[in-house]
Amino acid sequence: MLELRNVQTFYGNIQALKEITLEIGEGEIITLIGANGAGKSTTLMSICGIVPPRSGEILFRGERIERLGTDQIVARGICQVPEGRHIFPQLTVQENLDMGAFLRTDKGGIRQDLDYVFALFPILEERRHQAGGNLSGGEQQMLAMSRALMARPDLLLLDEPSMGLAPLVIRQIFEIIRQINQEQNTTIFLVEQNANQALRIANRGYVIETGRITLTDSADRLLTNPEVQKAYLGI
Amino acid sequence: MLIPWQELKRSLLVSLWFVFLTFPIMVIKVDPIERVVQWRWDNMVFVAIGSFVVSLLVRVWFTQKERRRERLARSEAIERESLLQIILREPRYLYPLAAAVMVFALSFPFLFSTYQTNIMITALMYVMLGLGLNIVVGIAGLLDLGYVAFYAVGAYSYALLNLHFGLGFWTLLPVGALLAATFGVILGFPVLRLRGDYLAIVTLGFGEIIRLILENWNAFSQGPSGIANIPRPGFFGMALSLDQAISYLYYLMIGLVLITIFVVNRLQDSRLGRAWIALREDEIACQAMGIDKTKTKLTAFALGATWAGLVGVIFAAKTTFINPASFTFLESAIILSIVVLGGMGSIIGVIMGAFILILLPEYLRGLSEYRMLAFGAILVGMMIFRPQGFISTVRRTYHFEKKPNDE
Repeated sequence: MLELRNVQTFYGNIQALKEITLEIGEGEIITLIGANGAGKSTTLMSICGIVPPRSGEILFRGERIERLGTDQIVARGICQVPEGRHIFPQLTVQENLDMGAFLRTDKGGIRQDLDYVFALFPILEERRHQAGGNLSGGEQQMLAMSRALMARPDLLLLDEPSMGLAPLVIRQIFEIIRQINQEQNTTIFLVEQNANQALRIANRGYVIETGRITLTDSADRLLTNPEVQKAYLGI
Repeated sequence: MLIPWQELKRSLLVSLWFVFLTFPIMVIKVDPIERVVQWRWDNMVFVAIGSFVVSLLVRVWFTQKERRRERLARSEAIERESLLQIILREPRYLYPLAAAVMVFALSFPFLFSTYQTNIMITALMYVMLGLGLNIVVGIAGLLDLGYVAFYAVGAYSYALLNLHFGLGFWTLLPVGALLAATFGVILGFPVLRLRGDYLAIVTLGFGEIIRLILENWNAFSQGPSGIANIPRPGFFGMALSLDQAISYLYYLMIGLVLITIFVVNRLQDSRLGRAWIALREDEIACQAMGIDKTKTKLTAFALGATWAGLVGVIFAAKTTFINPASFTFLESAIILSIVVLGGMGSIIGVIMGAFILILLPEYLRGLSEYRMLAFGAILVGMMIFRPQGFISTVRRTYHFEKKPNDE
C-alpha cells in the first residue's frame, strides 16, 4: 500500500533520514520504534509532505506522492495524528471532529463515522460541546485520533499516541487502535517509543536508529530479539 | 480593615513614582521672558493624591474580581455571561434592539446636522475597515500591520482611474475592491511562511512601501500634493447639493455596512471560516486535516483587503481629495486597535470598537488639547480592565440536562 524507497530528509543541513526503505501492506499494523531523535516523527512528516524528502520515492498505491502538497496527500487517503496531539484548543469537540471531515462531502457518511467514533470513545460524546483545550491529555489523544478517523483514511499514521498518558489509558488507546484496524480495515502505521505495547498489537515492526532502518522483522520475533529487548524493552 | 496595609503601601509607592516621573513637566515651569523658574508645588500634591487614589481603586477592583472568581469556583457555577452577551444571544431582546438601532440609523441625517452625519460616515467607514481586518487578524490570526495599504490602493484606484479615464464611482467601486484583493494576494505570497512577529514586520513594511511609492512617484500619483476634485458618487445622473450628497453617502455606507456584516457573519460559519479558525489554532493539525494552507491564507488576505479597497473608494469619494498623508501607519494602528479593543473575532465588538475609537476623539474636542491624552488614558484603562475587548467572542455553547429517566 505504502512504500518508501531510499528516502532522505534534511532539516537545513542536518540529515534526519538516511535512505529509509520500508513497506506497509494493506490492512496491516506496522510499527516503527526507536529512541528520541532517531527520525521516527520525521518519517511521518515526510510521508505527509509537511517536511518533504530531498531524495527518494514514496509510493502510495503505486503513485508517487513525495512531491505533492500535504492537502493532496490527505485527499488520497493518508491521515496523520501528529505528535503531541495538536487538537484545536478553542474549537469544541464537535467542531474538532468536523474539521477532520473537512475534505469530505458525503453527509450521510460523515454522520455514520461520527456515530462510530462516539461509540469508540463515549467520553467524547459527553464532552461534545466543550472546548478541546479543556479536555484531559488522554481525552485529547482520543479526540485527535477520532478527528483523523473522521477523514476516513485508508492509512492512518499515528505519532506516539501513548505520549504522556497513564498506563491504563495507554492500554485503552492501543486496544482501540487494534479495533479500528479490524473493524474499519484501516491500515495503521504506528510510531512509538513504547515498544512493548506497540509490538504487541503490530504485525511487523521496523527499528530506526539515527535515521537508518537497522532491523525489520515480524512483531513477535522483535519482541523476543535480545538486542531489541535490551535497547527498547528494558529487559 | 477594608483595604489591607500592603495595598496602601504599594499605592503610596506608585504615587511617589508618579510624582517623580511628572516632576519636570508638572512642577517646573520655565518662563523665558521673565527669566525665572516657577516651582508649582501644588501640582505635585495633586499628582500625588490623584495617582494614589487611582492606583488604590484599581487594586481594590482587582482584589474584588479575584474574590468573585474564587466564590464562583467554589459554587461550581457556570461562568456568568455579561448582560450584552445575553442580549445578543436571545432573539426576543436582540430583534427589538436591532430594529431600534436600525430606525435610529435611518433617521440620523434628519435628526442631526450635516457635521454629525459626516462624522457618522467616517465611523461607518471604520466599522467596515475593522470588520475587514477582523477577517485577517481576528479569524485567521494573521497579524497585519499594513492594512492601510489596501485602503490606499482602493482610494487611489478610484482617484487615478477617474482622473485618466473618467470612469464613475459605481464602475470603480468593484474595481477598487478587486485591485485591493489582488494586492492582498501579492502581499500574501511572500509572507506565507511567516508567523507572529515576523509577519507583523513584513506587513508593516508593505504598508510603508505603498505609501512611499505614492509619495515619491510623482508622474504616477502626483506625489504629496495629492489628487483633488474627485467626484462624489452619482445618483442616477442627478446633481446633488452638498447636504444631499452627504446624506446619500451616509445611506450608501449603511447599506454597505449591512452587507459587510452579513457576509462576514456567513463567512465565519462557512467551510472557509472554519479553515481560517483552524489555521489560527494549529497549523500542523490544519495541514494534517488536508486544508490547503496556501490557499486558505491567501483568501484571508484577499478577502480582508477587499473591504479595505471598497472603503478606500468611498473615502476618496467622500473627501474629494486624497494624498499619501491619509495612509500612514497610524491609520493601520487605529484599525488594529478597533479590532483588538472591540474583541478579536467578534462582529458586534468590532462595530462598537469602531464607534468608540472614531467618535470619542471627535466628541472629546471640547477638551481641546487634552483630548488625545484622555483618549490614550481610556485605551490604557480598557486594556487593564477588559483585556479581552468589549465583547469577547463567545463560541456557541449548549448545556444539556440529563433526563431523569436516563440510565
